[in-house]
Amino acid sequence: MARATSRNAKIGWTAAAWFVALLIFFPILYTIITSLKTEQEAIAGFDLIPSLTLESYQTVQSQNNYWRPFTNSVILAVGSTILALIVAIPAAWAMAFSPTRRTKDILMWMLSTKMMPAVAVLVPIYLIFLRTGLMDTRIGLTVLLMLINLPIVVWMLYTYFREIPGEILEAARMDGATLRDEILYVLTPMAIPGIASTLLLNIILAWNEAFWTIQLTTTNAAPLSAFIASFSSPQGLFWAKLSAASTMAIAPILILGWFSQKQLVRGLTFGAVK
Amino acid sequence: MATRQTQGLARLMRAPAIILLFIWMIVPLCMTLYYSFLNYNLLNPGMTSWAGWFNYQYFYTDPAFLESIKNTLILVLGVLFITVVGGIGIAILIDKPIWGQGIVRILVISPFFVMPPVAALIWKNMIMHPSYGVLADVAQFFGAQPVDWFAQYPLTSIILIVAWQWLPFATLILLTALQSLDTEQMEAAEMDGAPAHSRFLYLVLPHMARAITVVILIQTIFLLGIYAEILVTTNGGPGFASTNLTFLIYRAARLNFDIGGAAAGGIIAVILANVIAVFLMRAVGKNLD
Repeated sequence: MARATSRNAKIGWTAAAWFVALLIFFPILYTIITSLKTEQEAIAGFDLIPSLTLESYQTVQSQNNYWRPFTNSVILAVGSTILALIVAIPAAWAMAFSPTRRTKDILMWMLSTKMMPAVAVLVPIYLIFLRTGLMDTRIGLTVLLMLINLPIVVWMLYTYFREIPGEILEAARMDGATLRDEILYVLTPMAIPGIASTLLLNIILAWNEAFWTIQLTTTNAAPLSAFIASFSSPQGLFWAKLSAASTMAIAPILILGWFSQKQLVRGLTFGAVK
Repeated sequence: MATRQTQGLARLMRAPAIILLFIWMIVPLCMTLYYSFLNYNLLNPGMTSWAGWFNYQYFYTDPAFLESIKNTLILVLGVLFITVVGGIGIAILIDKPIWGQGIVRILVISPFFVMPPVAALIWKNMIMHPSYGVLADVAQFFGAQPVDWFAQYPLTSIILIVAWQWLPFATLILLTALQSLDTEQMEAAEMDGAPAHSRFLYLVLPHMARAITVVILIQTIFLLGIYAEILVTTNGGPGFASTNLTFLIYRAARLNFDIGGAAAGGIIAVILANVIAVFLMRAVGKNLD
C-alpha cells in the first residue's frame, strides 16, 4: 500500500518537474524548431513540426558572413580566458600556498572590483579605445574581457588550489624534491582539474558578454553577441533566419555549459556555495 | 632564509594580477570623475570647458533620471522576486525523487547559457510578438486579444525576459544548497509528524538562507547592469518607460555624445551600486560566514 502511494507520488512529481522544465526550455526549443522552417512556415502560426529545411542556415552564412563573428567569438573568449589564466594562476597559487595576513583582504578587494558598474567606466574606455585605435580590434576587446573576468578567475583558482593538501608538498620535499619537481610532478597534476573548470566557465562568460562587445565593435571585431544584437532592427520578416543565427550562436556554449554545471555554482558564487 | 625566498617569490607571483586590477579599477574611474566636471561634447570637442557641478545638476534635474532610477530598482527587485521564489520552488521539485532528474536539470539551467541579445530577440519575436508570437497564438486560441507586450508593458516584459535568464542560476545554487541538507534530520522531523509546511519553514528555509543571500548579492550586481536586453527589445522606450540607469548613461554617451553628462551619470551609478552593496551586505551580511 505504502509502496503504491510512493510510486504514485513519484509519477506526480516527475510529471510536474518535466512540465516546468519543458516550459522553461521551450523558448530555446522553439527557436531550434523555427530555424528548421522556411520563412513562410515560421510566421504561419504555432507549429512544432518543421519541414527540416536548412535553407535559413545557408542564407545566414552566405548573406551575413556568419563565420567572421563566429571566429571573433572564439578568439575573444578563448584568448581572454588564456590571458586571464596566465596572470591569475601565479597569483592564486601564491595566495593559496603562501598566504599572508593580507591575503583575505586582497581577495575581498578583488571581489569588490566586480561591484563597479561597467557603465561607470564607459566614457573613459570608449575614449581610450577611440584615440589609441583599439576600437573594433580583437586585441583591445580581448584585453578588456580579460580584465573584466580576472577577479572571478583568481577566486575560482584560489578555491581549487586551497583544497590541495599542503602535507603533500612537505612529503615531496622530505623525499628530496626540488621546487621544480614539486611544481611539475606534484602540484600541476593536482591543479589541472581546477584550471580546466575555470577555463570552461570563463569561456562561457566571455562568449556571452554583451555590453562591451556592443560598445567597442562595429564589424571587424564584432563577436556573435554584437552580431546578433544588430538583428534587432527589423528588415522584413526574418524569423527563421534569426532562429538559425541564434541557434548557431548558443549551441556551442549550451553544450559546454551542460558539462560545466557543477563548476558553474562554485565559480559564480566565488566559492561561497559548493 | 628559505621562507623569505618563498615570500619574495609569492609577492612576485601575486603582483601582476594585483597591479593589473588596481590600474583597471582606479584609472578609468578617475578619468570618469574628471570628465564629469567638464563641458565636453564629442560633436563639439573644441568647446571643452570646466563645468563644475553643472553635469550633476543637469543629470539630477532631468525627469528621465528619476524615472531611470525607479526603473532600475523595479527591474532588480522584480527579477530578484521571481528568481528567488521560483528558484526555491523548482529546486525543491527537482530534488524530489523523479525519473530523468539529470535531463530535467539540464533543461532548467539551459537559459543561463543563452547570451543576452539572443535571449531578448527570441522573446521579442518568437514569444511576445503581438501577431506572430506564441503568446499571441495562445491568446487567439482562447479567443482573447493578443497583448502588444513591449508597447503596453515594456518594463514588465523586460523583467520577464531577464527573470527567465536568471531563474536557472538561482535554481542551480538553491538546488546545490538543498542537496547538502541532512536527510536524517528531515526523516526524523517527518517521523515526529511535522507537516510539510513546517518542515519547509523550520528546516529547509534556514538551511538555504546562505544560498539565498548569495543569489541575491550576485544577481543584484549583474542586474544593475542590464543593457543588451533593453537595447534589442524596447530601446528604452516608449519614452523612458524601460530605460534603466545603465541605458540612460549609454544614451548620453553614445547617442548624444555628451561625455561630461555621461561621466556624471557614471559616478552616480557607482554611488548607487555602492549604496546598494553596503545596504545588502549589512541587511544580509549575518548569513555570510
